[in-house]
Amino acid sequence: MKISYQKLEDNLISNMRQVIYRYLTSTSLFFGFLFLLLFSNSVFSQEGDAAAGKTLYNANCAACHRLDKPMTGPALRYVEKRLSEEEGLDREWLYSWIRNSAGMIKSGDPYSVRIYNEWNQVAMNAFPQLSDTDIDNILAYTAQEPPAPVVAEVPVGGGGGETSGVSEKLILGALAVLFALLAMALILVRQTLKRFADAKGVVIEETKSTPIWKAFVQNQFLVLVTAIFFLLASGYYVYGYFMQVGIDQGYMPVQPIHYSHKIHAGDNAIDCNYCHSSARVSKHSGIPSLNVCMNCHKAIGEVAESTATAEYSKDFYDGEIQKLYAAVGWDEATQSYTGKTQPVKWVRIHNLPDFAYFNHSQHVSVAGIECQTCHGPVEEMEIMYQHSPLTMGWCINCHRETNVKVEDNAYYTKIHEELSKKYGVEELTAAQMGGLECGKCHY
Amino acid sequence: MKATIKLSLIGILFAGLVSCQKNSRPNFQYMPNMYESVGYETYSESDAFANGIEAQLPAEGSIPRGYSFYEIEDTNEGYELAKAELKNPTKDFTYDKPRAKELYDIYCGICHGIKGNGVGKLVEREKILGVPSYDDVGRAITEGSVYHVIYYGKNTMGAYKNQLNEEERWQVTEYVMELKAELEK
Repeated sequence: MKISYQKLEDNLISNMRQVIYRYLTSTSLFFGFLFLLLFSNSVFSQEGDAAAGKTLYNANCAACHRLDKPMTGPALRYVEKRLSEEEGLDREWLYSWIRNSAGMIKSGDPYSVRIYNEWNQVAMNAFPQLSDTDIDNILAYTAQEPPAPVVAEVPVGGGGGETSGVSEKLILGALAVLFALLAMALILVRQTLKRFADAKGVVIEETKSTPIWKAFVQNQFLVLVTAIFFLLASGYYVYGYFMQVGIDQGYMPVQPIHYSHKIHAGDNAIDCNYCHSSARVSKHSGIPSLNVCMNCHKAIGEVAESTATAEYSKDFYDGEIQKLYAAVGWDEATQSYTGKTQPVKWVRIHNLPDFAYFNHSQHVSVAGIECQTCHGPVEEMEIMYQHSPLTMGWCINCHRETNVKVEDNAYYTKIHEELSKKYGVEELTAAQMGGLECGKCHY
Repeated sequence: MKATIKLSLIGILFAGLVSCQKNSRPNFQYMPNMYESVGYETYSESDAFANGIEAQLPAEGSIPRGYSFYEIEDTNEGYELAKAELKNPTKDFTYDKPRAKELYDIYCGICHGIKGNGVGKLVEREKILGVPSYDDVGRAITEGSVYHVIYYGKNTMGAYKNQLNEEERWQVTEYVMELKAELEK
């Protein structure tokens, strides 16, 4: 309701462009306010270029300092103002602190020692390369007002997706209504015609004929053909049903934390081995422990606006990150672990039967096979599912078609030569190396 | 009229059968006792553990074969000590550049950048900010400090000791020092 109203209003405004002066006062007021804001900002920071400061800030400070939330170090918005008001420290103090904080702590500067102890004695890196102007620019950036909350915009943005969905539904509904009306019209026309016929005394003769099913039963050939057809068809479906028992292709369970492979492996191009690091070296491609998540999510406490999709909102994703924090026992406010952890019960998707042996490291490290060969387009999966059937026929097929990577592998030099001679080929497939022998996987 | 009723009945039956397929639960198995191991396997549920967690930590004090201790502590003093003194102690260490690069690109390049200039994919997309370049003068990294930070992590960076083993850590360290030299050129 709200959205459509908003839209209506937008339309109204665009329709009323001709009476532009009507908004003159409010526009000028708005610009005046903006100007005031900008001006007051520049008064605050005295000098320094906030835009240049942002680049410097992101390159040097942002690893440990966020503007509005504590991270490894304190939040830095209005840092200069706070220091001068609360501690009576001027910009000179900041210059020397940023360039050599360790030296100041050693020299016993009281506030330096206090802040160092307050933040669990985490030493701040020294930045001797930053000039006075650089630091001025950074301070100008930290003195900026926070951007106006974009909350108001979000529903409109989300509404964009919704309205398109709504309009689709509307069109479908309209079509349904149209067809219903047509059907009604046809029935009405038929009734009227019949009434006319009755009134005129015309009798519509209904020709008497054997009903179609009776004719069908009387024709024994047709009955036979149909019976055979039905038997074959049901045989086909029963066979198909029995063959898919035990195959979990397409299995897509609901996980305790909504982890999107699309965002991590797709959009951000994080290598599969980053999280599933044991795939390189062990039989199992392990489920990553939560400390691996925290390698990045210590710094990423919420997703960007652009991450949200029509289906999953930013709030939803942020909630999932909070689930991670709860499980790993991370307190965002103090930026430390509470020690209260809660295991996450992930649901295993890919599962080979006990009687088949499979080793990840053999395929990932030795053969150098891409993960996607078996796991499918994981980088496009919002929710992970089993892409391949994982049946024996599927394994064997790949072994028959895939050439073994023998170059630069001293282990294979001799056996490669002998086998090539035996089969009279240049390139050996996994099958020719013994990849079809029962005992290789079943023992 | 009768025919339509019959047809719709068949339709409903068919729809009922088809809708039974559900992707959120695993399929039936012929003989589960052949599919599921009797013995305890990786990630298989078991009543053997009091807390019921499948991924158990090894017993306290257990050490993998060929493991050597890293004795420098995770403190500021430890960092300074490693930075000043730590050298590669592994015997028969041969630097394998292609492998080191591969490991670096997987575990480090995503933030630190393929060239080590602090602009990895995540920094480029403004997910993680403030990743320093390896030639940062304030940090002046050394072989020892690089290894120490890979082992324990520092500030926002997490520890990588469980993703890389000792030998791999030294391979990556060597590669990082190479990138640093390249950047300082």
